[in-house]
Amino acid sequence: MNEDFFQGYKGDALATLMKFNARVWGQADIETTRGKFVGTILPRSENDDDQHIVMKIPTGYNVGIDIKTVNSITETGYKKANYKIPEKQFPVTPGLPHVKLLGTGGTIASRLDYRTGAVIPAFSPGELYGAVPELADICNLDTEKLFAVFSENMGPKQYIALAKAIGKEIENGIDGIVIGHGTDTLQHTGAALTFMCQNLPVPVVLVGSQRSSDRPSSDAALNLMHAMKAAGQSDIAEVMVCMFGPTSDEYGLLHKGTRVRKMHSSYRSTFRTIGDTPLAMISRKEITPIKKTYNKRRNDRNVKILPYFSDEVTMLYYYPGMKPDIIDSMVDNGYKGIIFVGTGLGHVNRELYPAIERAHAKGVHMFMTLQTIWGFVHMFVYDTGRDMMAKGIVPLGNMLPEVAWIKLSWVLGQTNDAEEVKRMMLTPVNDEITPREPYNGYLVLQGGVPEVESFIRKVHK
Amino acid sequence: MDISFDSRAHYEATKKSAGYVCLKKANQKTYDRIGFMSGLEVHQQLLTKEKLFCHCPAGIYNKSEEYDAEVIRHMRPTLSELGEYDGTALMEFKTRKEIIYRIKNETACTYEVDDTPPFPIDREALQISIEIALLSKLNIVGEVHITRKQYLDGSIPTGFQRTAIIGVEGSIPLKNKTIRLIQLSIEEDSCREISDIGHTRIYKTDRLGMPLIETVTYPDCVNPAEVKEACDYIRFLNRSTGKVRTGIGAGREDVNVSCKGGTRVEIKGVAHTKWIPQLTHIEAFRQWSLLLLREQLRKIKNYESWKIESYIIDPEDYNFSYAPLIQATELQQQVIAVKLRDFKGALSHFTQPEKSFANEISDRLKVIACLEKPNMIHSESFVSELEADDWKKIAKITKSQPDDAIIVIWGPKEDMKTALETIEERCKMAFEGIPGETRKSLTDGTTIFERVLPGADRMYPDTDSAPIPLEDSFIDKLSKEIPKEVIDRFNQLRQWGIPEDTYTYIFSKNYYPLIEEIVNDLKINPKFVGTFIGHRLKNILGKNKNFKFKAKMIYHLFAFLKENKVNEKIAIRMLPELVAHPRMEFESVLATLKFKKLDAEEILSKLPFINGKFEANKKKTDPGYRINWIMGQVQKTAMGNMDLAVVEEKVRNMISQK
Repeated sequence: MNEDFFQGYKGDALATLMKFNARVWGQADIETTRGKFVGTILPRSENDDDQHIVMKIPTGYNVGIDIKTVNSITETGYKKANYKIPEKQFPVTPGLPHVKLLGTGGTIASRLDYRTGAVIPAFSPGELYGAVPELADICNLDTEKLFAVFSENMGPKQYIALAKAIGKEIENGIDGIVIGHGTDTLQHTGAALTFMCQNLPVPVVLVGSQRSSDRPSSDAALNLMHAMKAAGQSDIAEVMVCMFGPTSDEYGLLHKGTRVRKMHSSYRSTFRTIGDTPLAMISRKEITPIKKTYNKRRNDRNVKILPYFSDEVTMLYYYPGMKPDIIDSMVDNGYKGIIFVGTGLGHVNRELYPAIERAHAKGVHMFMTLQTIWGFVHMFVYDTGRDMMAKGIVPLGNMLPEVAWIKLSWVLGQTNDAEEVKRMMLTPVNDEITPREPYNGYLVLQGGVPEVESFIRKVHK
Repeated sequence: MDISFDSRAHYEATKKSAGYVCLKKANQKTYDRIGFMSGLEVHQQLLTKEKLFCHCPAGIYNKSEEYDAEVIRHMRPTLSELGEYDGTALMEFKTRKEIIYRIKNETACTYEVDDTPPFPIDREALQISIEIALLSKLNIVGEVHITRKQYLDGSIPTGFQRTAIIGVEGSIPLKNKTIRLIQLSIEEDSCREISDIGHTRIYKTDRLGMPLIETVTYPDCVNPAEVKEACDYIRFLNRSTGKVRTGIGAGREDVNVSCKGGTRVEIKGVAHTKWIPQLTHIEAFRQWSLLLLREQLRKIKNYESWKIESYIIDPEDYNFSYAPLIQATELQQQVIAVKLRDFKGALSHFTQPEKSFANEISDRLKVIACLEKPNMIHSESFVSELEADDWKKIAKITKSQPDDAIIVIWGPKEDMKTALETIEERCKMAFEGIPGETRKSLTDGTTIFERVLPGADRMYPDTDSAPIPLEDSFIDKLSKEIPKEVIDRFNQLRQWGIPEDTYTYIFSKNYYPLIEEIVNDLKINPKFVGTFIGHRLKNILGKNKNFKFKAKMIYHLFAFLKENKVNEKIAIRMLPELVAHPRMEFESVLATLKFKKLDAEEILSKLPFINGKFEANKKKTDPGYRINWIMGQVQKTAMGNMDLAVVEEKVRNMISQK
C-alpha cells in the first residue's frame, strides 16, 4: 500500500488501519467496544498521538476512535478530497490603479474545505476575487507568490528578495504594492523594507490578519481592502503596516514600518505606532491622515534599493544580575554588533562593564535601546549611563529595539567603519528616531482616534 | 388584479381543502394522512462554575442597558457557505447587518469577543456531558474533537460555535416506543439578542460561552404529543443528574418538523415543552398547505420562467391614507408596486391559522431586506389598506390582468433591490415546494421565518484546540456515578402508588432522589411523600416563590418529626410556614401552630365532650355534618399526635353507637 493512504497516521494507529485494510478518505464502519461508529476516516494531525483514528461522522462533526476499543473496521467506500478553489477572472477596470500583491506565505485569504476541514489559501487574483470581490472596486490586481514561509521564518534572505521585487515592480510602473505577511514579524519586515527601499515613489503596504480568513468574523478581508486602497489610492509613499484600528470592524490604521509594533498576542487591533501617532486612518470610504507630514506619492520611478543585511548582529535583553560571560560568548562567536535592550533610561549593571570594554576593544558596535518601549534613551541622567557611553555604547534615542537590530544588520551589511556605522545608525531614514515625541505619542488606545483626541483634551493625563 | 376577489372566503376554502383541524380535534389518522414527522434538538445548560472555553463565571446575567463596552462586527460568508456564487452576489450580500456586542466586564473577557484563543475545555462540563451521554445509551467517542460550526447571524462573535461530539447512536424509552438518538454534543451557548431593527442587531455577551449540551433525536415522532413526551424525557434525564441549570432559558428545544413531501423545517428556541404540540401541529399543516399551493401555481403557463415585474409609484398621484405609506412618503422612501403574474389566490392561500402565503413574503422582507413590519400591503389583504381607486390606478400602471396579484412595498431606496429579489425568490420557491428554513415560534403556536436553514457542510476542525482522549478507565469511573435511569424511576413511582399527575413536577424539579431518600432512610409512606411534594409543595411554591427555601429541608423535616415521634401528617400544616420562613426552627414552627404533644388516649378521651358541645342545626341534620364538625374541632390538637384517619374512625363509631 502507498504511504499516501495513511496521511499523518503512525505507530499503533497506523498498524490498526493497515490490519483492517482501511485508509484515509475511506468511508468505514468501525465496530468498537463502545459501539459502532460510521463515517469517513480523516488524516491525522502529525503532532497528535498514535492511539486514535479520526473520523468525520455524517452530521459533519469529527470524532476520535480509541484504537484499543476497535474490534473491526470495514471500508464501505472511498472518496478522496478535492482541494481546488474556484477561480473567477479578476475584472480589469479602466481608471482604477494597478496594485501588485506580493505573497510571502501568510494566508490572508483562504477558503475552507468542509469535507476535510482543510484551509486552502486563496492567492491568485482570481482566487482572491472569489473570496473578496470588493477588491475589484478598489484596484486592478496582479499577484506574485515570492515564497511560502511562516512569519516567524521570514529573515534576511526574504527581506532582500522582497526589496528587489519592489524595485522591479516600481520600475515596471506599478501604482502601489501590497505585501501579504504573517503578523508575528510584520514589524521586522516593515523596518527592513524601510531601510532597503528608500525614496519610494509609491506606497508599499504590509498587511496580515489576526483571525484566519476561514472565519466569518475574520479581519482578513477588511484588512485586505484597506491595504489595497492604501496602496492604490493613498498619496503616502512609504513602507506602512495596515491593520485594524479598533478591534471592531470599523477602520484600519496605517503605521510607519519603523514605528510599528505588535502589542497583543491575539487582539485584532494588535499593531500600534510607538512614540508617535499612526500615519492615517483608513476605511473603505476614505483615508484620513493623522500625521501632517509624510513622503508624498510621485510620478518618477527613482527608488533606491539597498538590499544589504549582515547576519552578525544580535540583541541582548538585559535582566538584573546578568553576567559578563554572556557578552563575551557573543563576541567569541563572532558577532559584530550588539543591540542592548536596557532598563529605565537605558541601563545595564556595573558587572558587565569589563565585558563591554573587551567587546569595544574588539571593534564590536554596541547600541542602547529600551525595555520601556516608549520614550527616549537618556544616558546622561545617571553615572551608569555616562560610564557606558564612555565604554562605547551609543544611545539610539527612541528607536525600537527590533528596529535597531534590523537597522544595525542593514548598516553592517554595508560598512564596518565605526564612525560610519554610528553616523548611519543615528541618521533616521524614516522616523526610526524622531526628533520629538508629541503629547499624543504615548497612547495605547489608538483604536478610537477621534475619541481619544477629545479624551486627552478633556482629561489630565 | 381582481378588486372583487373575496380573499377571506378563499383563505377559508384553502384552509378547508388542506383538511386543517385544530390540535384538539386531530388524531393519529390526521397525522398519518399528512405524513407528520418530527425530531428534536434539546439544549440544556450545564451547572458549572465557569464558561466552557474561558474562565468567566457561568450563569450571571446582565440587564441589556448595563454594559462596559461595545464591539462591532460584520459577518462575512466564507466561500463554501454559498457554494457556486458569482462575485457580485457576495459583494452585495443580502443582509448587510452591523452587529453590536455589549460587553460587561464581570461576565465576558476577550475570549468571548474572539480576541483571545480558547482556554482548555472546562473539565466539569465535559464530565457532566459524558454522564448524560451514558444515561442516553450513546456510544462514547474515544477522543473529543472540538469542531467549529458556522453561524452567520452574529449570535457568536467568532462566526462559529465551538462544539464537540461526546457520543453517537443512543436511545430513550417512551411509554409506547423507543426514540433513537443521533448524537449528543457539548457546545458553547450563544449571545442573547437585545434588538434587531433595520440594519443593526444588538447582542449581549453574558450567556455567550456557557456550557450547553445538545441531544439530537432521529425524526421518529409521528404526532405532536409524542414530540412533547420525547422532549420531556430528555429534559428529565438531564435534570436527573442534578448537574444542569434550571430556570428560564436553561433548557431550549429546536423542533424539526416535516410532512409528506415536505422539507425539514427547524422551529428554534422553544422554551416550554408545553408549546411543542401546537407548534408542530401547525407547522406540519403549513407545509401541507404550501404543497397544495404548489399544485395550483404549477398550473400557471410557463411557470419555469415566471418573474416579478416592479413599478415605482409616485405617492403624489395617490390618496394614501395608510399611515406607514404616509410616513414612507414623508421620509422620501421608495414605494414600489410588484406584479405577480397569475398569482390570484396565492397571497390569501392558507398557511397557518390567521396567516396566509403573503405572510411568508412579509416575514422574509423583514429578515433579509431589513424592512420593518408592516412592510407590505397586497391585493388580497383581509382589510384593504388602500382606497379602491388607488388599487385601480396601481392595477393600471402595472398593467395587471384580473388573474395577477399585486404587492406594494416601501422603504429606504438602498434596500429595495434586495427586497424585490426576496419577493421573487420566495414566490419562485412556491413552485418548488417548501424552503428549508429555521422558524421562530410565537406564543399563539404559529411560526415566522427566521433564517435560511444552513446546510450540513458548515463544520470544520477547531485549529485552536487539541483533541481530548477519553480513556476507558475514566468512562468506567463516570458510569459508576450516574443516577438510575428515568424510566426506572417512573416505574418505581408507579409501584409506590404515587399518582401520575405528580410525575412531571417531580422529574422537572429532580425531586426523585429526595423522595427516594425519605422513603428509604425514614421509612415514611411513599405515597404520602410523593403527594406531599407533587401536590402540596408544588401548590405552595406556585403561590410563594421563595428561592431561599431549599427542598432538601423536607428531608430534615421528616427526620425531625420521626425523631420526636410526631406524626408526619403535621408536615402539611408546617410546610406553608417553612416556605414563608425557611430559617425558622422546626420547634418554633410547631409552636406557631400551637402544637401540643399529647398522646392518643388523651385526645380520644375528649371526643364525647366535644360531641356534647355540638348543637344540631335545623338545616344540617345529616350525621356527616356532625362528624365534620367534630373533626374540625379536634383536628388541630390531633394532627401530629396521631393519624387523623384513626380519629375519624373513632368519631364515626361514637356517633353510630348513640
